[in-house]
Amino acid sequence: MKPSAAYAAPRLLPLGDAAWTVEFGASIDMTLHARVMGLAGALEELRSSPDLLGVSEWVPSFRSLTVHFDPLLTDADALGATLFRLSGGEVRTLGKGRRWLIPVCFGGDAGPDLDDMATTVGLSAAEVIACIAATVFRVYLLGFMPGFPYMGGLTPELSLPRLATPRKVVPERSLAVTGTMCAIYPWESPGGWRLLGRTPVRLFDPGAQASPALFGPGDEAMWLPIDADTFLRMDEQAARGDLAWEQFQLAADASWPAR
Amino acid sequence: MAGALSVIDGGFATTVQDAGRRGYRSLGVPLSGALDSVWLGCANSLAGNPPDRPALEMRYTGASLEATRGSVCVGWAGDADVRVVRADGKEQSISGWRSVVLDQGDIFEVGSIRGGVAYLAVSGGIALLPQLGSCSTYARAGIGGIEGRSLRRGDVLPVGDTSATRRGDLMHARGFEHAGGNIRVILGPQEDYFTAAALIDFRSSEYRVTRDLDRMGIRLSGQPLTHQPDKGADIVSDGVTPGAIQVPADGQPILLLADCQTVGGYPKIATVIQADLPRLAHLMPGQAVRFSAVTRQEAWLALRAQRDALSAWISELVACGPAGGVDEAALYNSNLISGMIDAEAA
Repeated sequence: MKPSAAYAAPRLLPLGDAAWTVEFGASIDMTLHARVMGLAGALEELRSSPDLLGVSEWVPSFRSLTVHFDPLLTDADALGATLFRLSGGEVRTLGKGRRWLIPVCFGGDAGPDLDDMATTVGLSAAEVIACIAATVFRVYLLGFMPGFPYMGGLTPELSLPRLATPRKVVPERSLAVTGTMCAIYPWESPGGWRLLGRTPVRLFDPGAQASPALFGPGDEAMWLPIDADTFLRMDEQAARGDLAWEQFQLAADASWPAR
Repeated sequence: MAGALSVIDGGFATTVQDAGRRGYRSLGVPLSGALDSVWLGCANSLAGNPPDRPALEMRYTGASLEATRGSVCVGWAGDADVRVVRADGKEQSISGWRSVVLDQGDIFEVGSIRGGVAYLAVSGGIALLPQLGSCSTYARAGIGGIEGRSLRRGDVLPVGDTSATRRGDLMHARGFEHAGGNIRVILGPQEDYFTAAALIDFRSSEYRVTRDLDRMGIRLSGQPLTHQPDKGADIVSDGVTPGAIQVPADGQPILLLADCQTVGGYPKIATVIQADLPRLAHLMPGQAVRFSAVTRQEAWLALRAQRDALSAWISELVACGPAGGVDEAALYNSNLISGMIDAEAA
């Protein structure tokens, strides 16, 4: 078993003159992530305290937490000391979030890297789809672009590095993998992850009641393979605003579909 | 009474921007907001607004706007060819930073913008509903502003309370000038990913602005910055912010701006200080930049000084006659300039 990925003590790094990054380690590791979320939780409890005067927001990553502040309001050194003190506090594993069953059209134009990936790992495209559709993915954090979920859970057998040359344009709502991570690009963007499919479901709605993002940290998702015709039909529905998120959420007492 | 401005020509990339969108970066939503928050403050002050109200950010080629309902007072901060075409056909060119009252049917036309960015604020504010706490446009996800995109012909900007249009015009004898010299940075957070030679190169050589630039960032080109061989050019993504300077494997720095992503996977050699962020808005392709490292204390002093300079600038606004009337602006300008020359000669 490899030693803990956490540094002996967290590092407090300046990200310019208006943000601190508290770094717990340098790898993707769930023990690190639990410490990041522990610090985020501690800050949440202090939200209105004078200790956080001028602090506007904090942004978790897999291994660090970045805290943005207004240097004309905040005593940055005192804030740094507070962060350092809080970072030694309780770790917090992700709570159980909602569960989603999201339709995805695999392969073809929707998933241009599927065949190549299947060849590289020595499986058929159908076997890769079956494997991915039988996996429960977990959302660890949102970042990069609005609503982009960093999800873990892909089997190491399908783990491949990023593309050597990133695409200039990844179509919006592409399902993509790299390493053992999985994500859906909510918006068109450049990107180096491998594209396996596309979902008709919009992942971000600024007007949504609860949260503008479909996924939240702790949520779990499985992908429900659909064919190209179903994709087109649902995509049209979604474009009209007729594809409500609730229909893809699994009831609390329901079990995952058997695969 | 509420007025309206209609867009006759949207220009190259005119967007509604305010001080930015805070509190949503943990959902992946960028900060956005005016690239030059100081000039945004100048335009708003000329329009009689608090400094961080939503205004129009124009880039390279400006927009043309017509007052299509009631009178509208606009505040202009920028260096560009600007003229007002009155409803009766009279044309007046606008010199300097000032406010202008547009009566119904008058058109405010902005041509080529020197320095790449300029701001137009509207007295009473642009009456849009904030999305996720801000009116700033983030085009990639279609958030904020007018349908989350740049302005185009036919768009109508509702204007809030226009009572300020009755108070007469304001002007300033000079535009707000940013500090010159090297762009100031704080090293890190990943300066330990670079060789000692790269850290020297970064602070001693010149980088050129490439044509690859938008509100998300600017690609620079110059002496490649070498990563430590045992560390490489990839990190596990962590938080980034406008001003952060990422260096991918090719060693060419990328300067992040207001619409940058919330986390990034390239090592950041340094981060531009808050006081110098507005200067980045004015960088044009082909222009050379140099970087100097400063301490955090120096950065905060620079930010405080900039805030004070903006307050002083605002306190120097003076009332002036309507645009196209007696050219008080020119009179004031010439007096002030000759006064300065006299002072220097003494």
